Amino acid sequence: MLLVPCPYCGPRPEVEFHCGGEAHIARPADPNALDDAQWAEYLFVRTSNKGVHAERWLHSHGCGRWFNALRNTVSDSFLASYEMGQPRPALPTEGGK
Amino acid sequence: MLDTPKAARRTPVLPVGKGGIVSPLPPADRFVLRLKGFSGTAGGFDLSGALNTAHGMAERFAARLGPDEWLLVLPEGEGAAAQAALEADLVGRFFSLVAVGHRNVGIAVTGPHAADVLNAGIALDLSDAAFPQGSATRTLLGKADVVVVRLGSGFRVECWRSFAPYVSGFLTEVAQEFA
Repeated sequence: MLLVPCPYCGPRPEVEFHCGGEAHIARPADPNALDDAQWAEYLFVRTSNKGVHAERWLHSHGCGRWFNALRNTVSDSFLASYEMGQPRPALPTEGGK
Repeated sequence: MLDTPKAARRTPVLPVGKGGIVSPLPPADRFVLRLKGFSGTAGGFDLSGALNTAHGMAERFAARLGPDEWLLVLPEGEGAAAQAALEADLVGRFFSLVAVGHRNVGIAVTGPHAADVLNAGIALDLSDAAFPQGSATRTLLGKADVVVVRLGSGFRVECWRSFAPYVSGFLTEVAQEFA
């Protein structure tokens, strides 16, 4: 089973987690200033890249905390996990295998 | 707070076990305590432990399940006194103390194969090295959300009342392998 590194609990089995989609999407400070296309971009458009991807994860059947993780979408390997509110860290190794 | 002595009480969902590998425990009083930035003792419970550890005795302990969340378990009937003691010790702080004694059912899993029985439904490593005495965590057993506590002899599984027949049946069926 895939092990997901929770920054609070350490590596834990995948079934305890719930993926919350792409991380680091900031809500626009003034939504009224946006037109429909820009608002739709914020609501619906996500990067779907091949390689390292920053995602939100919830340890729902564990400590109950949200956190961010860097995952390689090709190899499904987790490269780093960090608490909510922290900036995306530099990659430990380029490409991460 | 809620006047718990007048709250409706249904009969226990599982009869208390008579020993064996899987044995439902008698009713207990339980609280969920949410509290930020605290380390020390409150209401007789040691809240200073690290995440995913439990402190106390098998019948009365505090298990830290999240950075700011504890499950407090104590024998039935001692809840009112513990609640008053906790509220007195935590006065002036923001906290949430919810009585969940009737929501949960405790099941003891004991014996040399206790970890093997639990691992039939739990993907977590429950060996002595990875999950030593004094460990506690929330996890999944089969499809049910459970809290596993290792204090004293064997494991204590805490699940919600409505999950208890499923969890008990699951463990009893696995235990037949080792009976």
